[in-house]
Amino acid sequence: MLDSLLSMFKKEKSGKVAKKRLQMVLIQDRASVSPEVMEKLRDDIIQVISKYMVINKSDMEISLENVEDSVALVANIPVQNMRHH
Amino acid sequence: MSEVIVITSGKGGVGKTTTTANLGVGLAKRGKNVVLIDTDTGLRNLDLLLGLENRIMYDLVDVTEGRVPYKKALVRHKKYETLFLLPTSQIKDKSAVNPAQLMVLCDELRKQYDYVIIDCPAGIEQGFKTAIAAADRAIVVTMPEVSAVRDADKIIGELGRAEKDNISLIVNRIRPQMVESGDMMDMSDIDDILSIKCIGQVPDDEMVVTSANRGEPLVGNPKSQAGRAYDNIVRRILGEEVPFMTFEKDGLFTRLKKAFGM
Repeated sequence: MLDSLLSMFKKEKSGKVAKKRLQMVLIQDRASVSPEVMEKLRDDIIQVISKYMVINKSDMEISLENVEDSVALVANIPVQNMRHH
Repeated sequence: MSEVIVITSGKGGVGKTTTTANLGVGLAKRGKNVVLIDTDTGLRNLDLLLGLENRIMYDLVDVTEGRVPYKKALVRHKKYETLFLLPTSQIKDKSAVNPAQLMVLCDELRKQYDYVIIDCPAGIEQGFKTAIAAADRAIVVTMPEVSAVRDADKIIGELGRAEKDNISLIVNRIRPQMVESGDMMDMSDIDDILSIKCIGQVPDDEMVVTSANRGEPLVGNPKSQAGRAYDNIVRRILGEEVPFMTFEKDGLFTRLKKAFGM
């Protein structure tokens, strides 16, 4: 009883709630990339890295991940050998 | 220098067409030559808000398919003689006009008119892509509600991908009473979220409904807060520095009257 009474006073105004929720959801929305773009990015990364290293293309993984309140591009690219220039 | 402006939003019902009508009338009242193009093919309404629904002979699709020259399809406004409407077809669908066709048409219109304002359909599909193709500038209309703001963000992203970099925002249908009590986001909240410069904030105003009922846009009407807000936006489009207005809130008496439905 006392708790619910207290929470009534402490309850955040819905305008603030809306703003916070939007800021969170938009981080995810903005980071979502179409599969076609992801595929292009993957091809470009392969091209650049292949200049320096021999990589295992079939086992590589790239993805966008939400880390707390930001977004990270995470790539796992197995290297088989170095190219010597 | 003429300018092609697209009015867009993503979400339906936030006031794209109302905004288009008011900006068009406002610019014409200030002496500019203006063409308004309705691209909401199949769901046309701009004619109705301007009170021109009974004067339509040809439409956008007749023009883009080459059946008539654009001059023949333009409907001149009764009261504001420098304002013209190019209505769209009510029977065809969005696939009837493509981006290239609208670009050709707008390049023609640029030679004759100061402002070409394009009323965009809701959504992010072909109709949207056609509507934005020719635009130099985009005005995104949103409302202080979560769904409208999220959709505005999506539209801003799509505009960026289409290399439309001149984007400004109108926050429509603000309810000052709710903002004051903390139950509605205000312009600066939405500014923070979207990071796009605001060119106007328009309060929710019953006179927007009555003016639509009559087909007479209320821009510049001193009795209406929305009318004054739209006029401020027109002046900002023309390059004036206009401070943002503070909204009058209903007094206790008005609120009581509303509560009792008087």
